[in-house]
Amino acid sequence: MRVPVVTGAGSAASAALPRERASVSRLTRMLESEKLLAAALLTPGVLVLVLFIAYPFVMAIWFSLTSIRVGDPGEFIGLANFTKAWNDDIFQHAFKNTVFYTFWATIFKFALGMWLALLLNRHFRFKRIIRASMLLPFIIPTVLSAFAWRWMFDPTFSVMNWLLFHTGLITDRLPFLSDGDWAMWCAVLVNTWRGMPFFAITLLAGLQTISPDLHEAAALDGAGAWHRFWHVTWPLLMPVTLVVVVFSVIQTFSDFQLIYVLTGGGPANSTHLIATYAYQVGVASGLLGEGAALSLFMFPVLFAVVWFQLRYMKRMEGH
Amino acid sequence: MKRRKFLKATGAGIAATGLAGILAAHRAPVFAQANTIHILRWNDFVPAADKVLREVYVPDVQKALGIKLNVETVNANDIPARATAGIQSGSGPDIIMLLNNYPQLYAAGGVDVSDVAAEVGKAQGGIYDLPKAMCTVGGKWVAMPWSTVPALISYRKSWFDEIGVKEFPKTWAAYHEAGKKLKAMKRPIGQTLGHTFGDAPTFAYPMMWSYGGQEIDAKGKVIIDSKETVESVKFMAQFWKDAHDEGGLAWDDSNNNRAFLSGDICATLNGASIYVAALNGADKFKTDKGAPLHTDILHAPLPSGPKGTFPYHTAFTHMVMKYSKNQKGAKEFLRWAHTPANYEKWFVVQKGFAIGPTTQWEKHKMWDADPVMLPFRTAGRGGRHMGFAGAPAQKAAEAWNKYIIVDMYANAASGKMTPEASVKAAAGELAKIYK
Repeated sequence: MRVPVVTGAGSAASAALPRERASVSRLTRMLESEKLLAAALLTPGVLVLVLFIAYPFVMAIWFSLTSIRVGDPGEFIGLANFTKAWNDDIFQHAFKNTVFYTFWATIFKFALGMWLALLLNRHFRFKRIIRASMLLPFIIPTVLSAFAWRWMFDPTFSVMNWLLFHTGLITDRLPFLSDGDWAMWCAVLVNTWRGMPFFAITLLAGLQTISPDLHEAAALDGAGAWHRFWHVTWPLLMPVTLVVVVFSVIQTFSDFQLIYVLTGGGPANSTHLIATYAYQVGVASGLLGEGAALSLFMFPVLFAVVWFQLRYMKRMEGH
Repeated sequence: MKRRKFLKATGAGIAATGLAGILAAHRAPVFAQANTIHILRWNDFVPAADKVLREVYVPDVQKALGIKLNVETVNANDIPARATAGIQSGSGPDIIMLLNNYPQLYAAGGVDVSDVAAEVGKAQGGIYDLPKAMCTVGGKWVAMPWSTVPALISYRKSWFDEIGVKEFPKTWAAYHEAGKKLKAMKRPIGQTLGHTFGDAPTFAYPMMWSYGGQEIDAKGKVIIDSKETVESVKFMAQFWKDAHDEGGLAWDDSNNNRAFLSGDICATLNGASIYVAALNGADKFKTDKGAPLHTDILHAPLPSGPKGTFPYHTAFTHMVMKYSKNQKGAKEFLRWAHTPANYEKWFVVQKGFAIGPTTQWEKHKMWDADPVMLPFRTAGRGGRHMGFAGAPAQKAAEAWNKYIIVDMYANAASGKMTPEASVKAAAGELAKIYK
């Protein structure tokens, strides 16, 4: 066998090899240290969090304490923006709306999601196709589906009004989006339609982790369907339910897209949520400081929800 | 250049213009340094006008000035968000089209275009007062008026004839009576009192002024809670119930166009876009008797209230952004676009929906072609600004952006508040702005 002749360039390369080996071994040694490896693995995640979550959050707090408006950095004004927001009738209304919207949408999403999950947990034909198609409302971008709903609720050309009118159920158009109360319930309906699959699919995953033996044992002991659900399924599904509800509350409380497209906060501010009102003040009107203060009112509520959930989970783990 | 040298050079460049550079400069990097102009405008209600920008202006300005023009169009409601984001990040379109009194709101982000305004105004018979008021801050032009969309009432002549109203009502009371009869025939007046940039403020502000109501006086004191304003709101609440399609509370700026073209409403305050659409779609839009719809459309000014009639027309302006790396090019483009030969190409496809910023365009031969459009010809001469009798300043823009006047009427029209309570609520909101 012929040994390859090393040329001049090859000599240079071979001279670099020990240096490379040395650096590789240094790197290996560093990575063998658990602390350093952990730091290396965590760094990208921490950087993303700092850049895209912590930095904007800190900036929002700073903005909320200043009189900044578009093109004008403003000056430090303490809690004046918060006081102004607190005394603002539209904000108070938007806050109530947000609580109302979150409460009812979550209740409906949970009830219907649980019902759907229990149905889908059974064996039937085309089970997989139906399970997959159920996710459609969740997959379609919110803006698109909200536009479609807006057309269906259109004050003049609503297909629902047309259907109800032609089936003789109504004689005059229903004010889906032109009456404040109707518009709020329409928003709750669309949110429920969109968010229900998330509940259903997650609860279904939870249901499938429950051993059928437990149900069989309960049935042998004479438990009916309701008792089996209440005393077997429900307690075992509780941790999953709690996580889903908390995620949903967070998403619904800070919802923006759906209301922005469906009603724009109208008519006459009657469907504004905190997020849409903060956008109107902060971005559309250029009052960045006031807008930041308005949006920060969401923080304590969401923080309390998360804190409650974590505390409850900890207690559950203790049991 | 050898690979290592190249890497070294580009590495230094990246270091200089990279994250540290961005943080030091407080602005996002700008990559297109050639003579390129990025202009952001609305999706025109006359789509042919956007076609002129893309298919005529782009090649023509490239040939004339060597400027590569990038035209971006978005929904008009999304423009404020883009302007705010651009000004705060220091990067975005070189020119942004702004509506109404937005130039006041974004004045700090605009380049002084007084020289362009002076040249165009001098050469073309002077810029109208309303766009001038919107675009000037302390005597300085922070944006250049491009066009005005006058708001006049489009109405179905034959339907008004049928109820014995041969001439369009001259007063609110007469319009109320006519509307009442037409609503009883399932032909209501269609108007938005929603959060819209065009039709809602052009309806609500003149209603208030026509009764003698005002947001503020000349010194900036809030005087909206007056007998006159309350009277106007009382009238609107009844007028709405008796004569309007009550779904209008949830309408945007395009709903009335669709409702009119489909024969659902008898009249609406609008630009001429309904008539232009009916003209362009003569085969599609017909009257109940099968005639082309445009033959049954006429235009009329807003009726008068006890104190007269004071219209408000939507101004469209161009702001050259301070963060733009090509301010010179942007101004050159504006000068070029306002040259009569170039502006005319855009102006004629509007067919009168948008009128020119200067009086010269009233003399254009286009106006001789269609007498139905004649009321728009000189509409630019009149009009008040939001925030009258004070300055059309930032606070007036803030009040509009919060839809305080529109909501004052909407709250009473929907029955959510009494007229008195709704005026008080508006006064409270205005007081926070004009404190």
